Amino acid sequence: MEASFYHARTKYPGIFGWLFTTDHKRVGLLYLLSSLSFFFVGVSLGLTMRLELIRSGMHFYSAEAYNAIFTLHGVVMIFLFIIPGIPSSLGNFIMPLQLGARDVAFPKINILSWWLFIAGGACAITSLFTGSGFPDTGWTFYVPYSIRTGTNVSLAVFGVFLIGLSSTLTGMNFLTTIHRMRAPGLTWKRLPLFTWAIYATSWVQLLATPVLAITLLLVILERVFGVGFFDPAKGGDPILFEHMFWIYSHPAVYIMILPAMGVVTDIIPVFSRRAIFGYTAIAASSLAIAFLGYLVWGHHMFTSGMSDTARIIFSFLTFLVAVPSGIKVFNWIASLYKGSIRTDAPLLYTLGFIFLFSIGGLTGLVQGALATNLHVHGTYFIVAHFHYVMFGGAAMGFFAGLHYWFPKMFGRMYEEHLAKLAWVFLFIGFNMLYFSMFILGWEGMPRRYYDYLPEFNAPNLVSTIGSWILAMGLFIMFYNLIHSLFAGRVAGNNPWGGATLEWQTTSPPPAENFVESPEVTKGPYEFR
Amino acid sequence: MNETTHIEHRDYIGAKLGMWLFLFTEILLFGGMFLVYAEYRQVNTADFHEAGREMNVFIGAANTIILLTSSLTMALAISEIHRGRKDRSVLFQAATVLLGVGFLVNKYFEWSDHIRHGFYPDSPQLLAMSHGKILFFGLYYVMTGIHALHVVIGLSVIAFMLALTLRGGVSGADYVKLENAGLFWHLVDVIWIYLFPLFYLIT
Amino acid sequence: MEQKPEQHFVATRTFVFTWLALLLLTGLTVEAAHLRMGEWSMIANIAIASAKASLVLWFFMHLKYERKLFKVLLFVPIATISIIIWLTFFDIWYR
Repeated sequence: MEASFYHARTKYPGIFGWLFTTDHKRVGLLYLLSSLSFFFVGVSLGLTMRLELIRSGMHFYSAEAYNAIFTLHGVVMIFLFIIPGIPSSLGNFIMPLQLGARDVAFPKINILSWWLFIAGGACAITSLFTGSGFPDTGWTFYVPYSIRTGTNVSLAVFGVFLIGLSSTLTGMNFLTTIHRMRAPGLTWKRLPLFTWAIYATSWVQLLATPVLAITLLLVILERVFGVGFFDPAKGGDPILFEHMFWIYSHPAVYIMILPAMGVVTDIIPVFSRRAIFGYTAIAASSLAIAFLGYLVWGHHMFTSGMSDTARIIFSFLTFLVAVPSGIKVFNWIASLYKGSIRTDAPLLYTLGFIFLFSIGGLTGLVQGALATNLHVHGTYFIVAHFHYVMFGGAAMGFFAGLHYWFPKMFGRMYEEHLAKLAWVFLFIGFNMLYFSMFILGWEGMPRRYYDYLPEFNAPNLVSTIGSWILAMGLFIMFYNLIHSLFAGRVAGNNPWGGATLEWQTTSPPPAENFVESPEVTKGPYEFR
Repeated sequence: MNETTHIEHRDYIGAKLGMWLFLFTEILLFGGMFLVYAEYRQVNTADFHEAGREMNVFIGAANTIILLTSSLTMALAISEIHRGRKDRSVLFQAATVLLGVGFLVNKYFEWSDHIRHGFYPDSPQLLAMSHGKILFFGLYYVMTGIHALHVVIGLSVIAFMLALTLRGGVSGADYVKLENAGLFWHLVDVIWIYLFPLFYLIT
Repeated sequence: MEQKPEQHFVATRTFVFTWLALLLLTGLTVEAAHLRMGEWSMIANIAIASAKASLVLWFFMHLKYERKLFKVLLFVPIATISIIIWLTFFDIWYR
């Protein structure tokens, strides 16, 4: 244990050894701590929203407060939790280890990314208490309302701009690392699929985020100087803003889900003790999703007044993107088939991921069809769909990875029974909370209102009760993980019998990751 | 690895790859603005032609030549340090900085001239004009403004490299920093190459 | 992993010729703008700008002397931005 990076001598003493570290493992843990803190904030906000919606009528949030709260919930969850969630925390910690590298390509830029992320988060939080309060525009900042509203849009948007810059730098850093720092013998066809997923994600981060950056910058310029780009009174086109916003924000969905797919792809072979089925297909489908993810942004705008030609094209392309996702799901199932399955917590969370993501993905097709989209657009059906993909998919994958790599990161094992108990609560609570929303949306309940007609009472009650069960699950899970940091049994270097490189070093790894530079002679899932 | 025997080993290809990837983000950043330009020009073609008449082709062309020349001096500065001729490299770097400053001075006079004539975002005179003209001038200020910001950043980086070269931090044995600064500077030039016809030559 | 940069000296005259070609194209683009070719003058201007940009990329930015990876990767952002603009125009053309 003495040799682990926790005990290594750092350039600066104490806490500064963390805040100004260049060790990718420390940066990864900084991201983990900060994004989970933001997750806690987001969950708390979500719970209060659900409480307000427990039955029709106004309870404690006014209409204005509710608007600001759902905006804050969205901004925190998307920009501060789920986008940096897996790539910046698990990706930072695990990916260089999987490469057999000592660090990322640009360690100083790595910690700079974290600082930018924190600065962006600080801007968003400051905008809560300054000016006329947090934006009430929704996390999409749609013009022309975001230009006209008196709330503190500029500062919040600038915060998101900084977070975007941080995300871009991380992408650049990871791409260079994967291209240049693979251990001898680690060819592209031997790369663990988690690293493949991070690779695809990094491309999206690199190429999509700048479009968001310029869009948000234009909103700020619009508010400060009245340039007129998005103001119909000056000839501007608000739909162009929607295009530019979704040109980033749809690929951003894949920044969130691709790494989670990578996590479960690494977990499945280890817990079914057989090589992944269709390695090349999974790696290629990651790249295909990253590519096709660029071409489908218009499906967020079917009811915005876009041309019919564009609507048909975007609808068609949206159906195409289901193909690589389907390839992945079938390959995961095929990998489990006839394996010697160990249902430890990481696999349990993985199965949860596959189940919930499939529901989220398939309901996405319902919205991708032009005719049904008209019916469900702007209803709770959409809310249910993206929570199934983002929370049931991305966050569930994140939790799976957290349990899977917990012994590697901290050298100790979590309590298995508690982890399974937490999973049961999470799974039941999640489906009560969000499946009710599918029903509500299909029946026509619009999203983003603090109140609703009494006819929607029953499913809303189920949903709110589900939110409590879900919260219980989260509480048990984090209690277990935090408690095990100190009291868990010592895990050993390779508790799961994984074959990828991160399991060949000690747990936790030494500051330089590997005592001897590893050499790779076989594929990532060859257990014998 | 022991601190005392720790040999700084650098990956030149990696450093340049990182820089190129960063430049890709710049391409996309300006790409977003080109998209805005493309739509508004498509919708307001005649107005854009009309508004383009307010531009001074001479200043635009002069600035193009200045930036192209500064790209040449930058390329030469790198090729000289590569050959180990520090003094010449310093000279060419200084020339690059001077040319860049010249570009900004030109830009300053050009902008002040427009503003004196009442063409600036949200100005009463502009708001009285057609939508196409409002958008043209909006695009002009935003795109050349963000480009000018990049010129300022590029100049600061090159000035810093100049100091590094003088102090030996950039040398014939290790000049990847200067090369990356050069890559950034050339990209700023490439973007101007597109901005020039879009604003000055569309009459 | 290479420890040393590739030793490839580029002749000064290569850069000077590139610069001269760039100046020539700048003159050409200003002239083309006067030719009143309607929509074609815009296309000609963009084509000349792209030729100039390629010269800068190829010689000044050393792309000619870099390994293949760099040349291939450059197509990624260019393709991305082209596709983005093109797809958006399916809305603008037919709206």
